[in-house]
Amino acid sequence: MNIFIGVVITLGTLFVLLAAVGLIRMPDTYLRISVNTKAATLGVGLLLGGVAFYFYDLSTTSRTFVIVLFLFLTAPVGAHLIGRASYFIGNKLWDQSKMDDLRGKYQRNSHVLKSEIDDTPEDNVDHTKM
Amino acid sequence: MTLVEYCRIVILPVLAFSVILILIRFFKGPSIADRIVALDLLITTGIGIIGVYTITSGSSTLLDTGMILALIAFLSTVALSYYLERRSKKK
Repeated sequence: MNIFIGVVITLGTLFVLLAAVGLIRMPDTYLRISVNTKAATLGVGLLLGGVAFYFYDLSTTSRTFVIVLFLFLTAPVGAHLIGRASYFIGNKLWDQSKMDDLRGKYQRNSHVLKSEIDDTPEDNVDHTKM
Repeated sequence: MTLVEYCRIVILPVLAFSVILILIRFFKGPSIADRIVALDLLITTGIGIIGVYTITSGSSTLLDTGMILALIAFLSTVALSYYLERRSKKK
């Protein structure tokens, strides 16, 4: 049982370390957001799973389950909010990014998302021409 | 080597090293969105450190603090990105 807990905790620590290295190494704000919301959430989930197996009683398991559930629910929402805000304040994409699906579809002043590029090009948020 | 010694000798220093790496991005980050992401990841790593510390100390009381930290991390992310987007909005 202890060996199993050790393996789970080691995997969680590796994922947290990879998230930290990715936060340093990634070239772009949006890629850093993806590191934050995937690798770190998985790592902390594995660490708290190891804690639940170590204590093996109802109160600790319920508390770790609530923490993991809350992290899994709030990480995508927070990542979407930060990504939207950083797209509006003008963070450019990485210069080797292949495509930008939102190019020209956000309105600069009203913050409305349109489904296609319209005929008011001065209002569109466009990161390729900045 | 027991599990508690393994956590204390190997796991906690690796987590502390990752906290240092995140702090470098927090101080260096080119835009303010990078700093918000680093702050969020810092609190998430802190929850993991609290989990490992409950194993080494043997009492699970500190997990309540982790729960509160998860709540506050989400709240601060939402508030900061809301004001960041509001600042870029013209009139």
